[in-house]
Amino acid sequence: MKIYSYIILMAATTYLIRMLPLVLFQKPIKSRFVKSFLYYVPYTCLTVMTIPAIFSSTRSVVSAAIGFAVALVLGFYKKSLPVVAAAACAAVFITERFMSL
Amino acid sequence: MEGAKDSIAIVIGYFSVSFTFGIVAAQAGISPALATLMSLTNVTSAGQFAGLNLILAQSTYIEMFLTQLIINLRYGLMSLSLSQHLDKKATTGKRLLIAFANTDEIFAVSVSKPHKVSPSYMAGLEIFPVISWAAGTFFGAFANNLLPAAVSSALGIALYGMFVAIVMPVAREKRSVAIAAILAAALSLAFHYLPLLTKVSSGFSIIICTVAASALAAWFFPIPEDDGGDAS
Repeated sequence: MKIYSYIILMAATTYLIRMLPLVLFQKPIKSRFVKSFLYYVPYTCLTVMTIPAIFSSTRSVVSAAIGFAVALVLGFYKKSLPVVAAAACAAVFITERFMSL
Repeated sequence: MEGAKDSIAIVIGYFSVSFTFGIVAAQAGISPALATLMSLTNVTSAGQFAGLNLILAQSTYIEMFLTQLIINLRYGLMSLSLSQHLDKKATTGKRLLIAFANTDEIFAVSVSKPHKVSPSYMAGLEIFPVISWAAGTFFGAFANNLLPAAVSSALGIALYGMFVAIVMPVAREKRSVAIAAILAAALSLAFHYLPLLTKVSSGFSIIICTVAASALAAWFFPIPEDDGGDAS
């Protein structure tokens, strides 16, 4: 079955990408530039994945924008991950009710 | 289990996303069992959605390989970053297991810890999201459109809400992180809307924007030497 080969190929490629850096770079990195670079990667990567994709994550740009705004404010006040995620969902749900989507 | 507790938001978010994947896969004619197998072995949303399209199009294996490579190359960056954030107990054998489920969200939560994390923390953090990812796919493939559209639309923003919750508190404390994030957002917008740049695939543009914004931030705002590369 060709579909099994596809799935195995997908899984193997994805796993190798995740595994090789984790296994090959076990020693602490010395270069200050590389350390700084890796320090910033999580924040830049998450931001790139959020913007602008978040605006098309719901049925309307308006509800997504309001959900995003709620998440930004709660994140600023350091609320926990589940709280921020749930509040953003609730904001989207309520907004879409008002828009009668 | 601290890791398991930290994974609650991911477990909920994954269920809704993989539920959607299950529905899409079922509509494309993939059986629930195969869709679940795909989720269980891949554990990645963008890669699976793209893979599904290629399977339907009966693409060549080389196309499948290259697409997965490009879409998922960001995990390589994440694993490199996570590699520096694992404590001494993370032997090669344990790293082989941890790598399996180093997703965007798992990575984000583990590096948001102010201290280095142990393999047992990672195990707790990873196991329930993987189960949720596979289970959501299974139920989604079975129960097409069980969720009312209003609910699934609202859940669609959950994972992004989590990302915001990770970046914002640190950006508030550290101006350098705030600038790096704004730079990343600006680059990402450019790759989505500027002519020519929109031709770059989304997988590649994530990598380019991440590398460029991080490199610029590292150049202009190097972290203090004693920081050890940990988020502080």
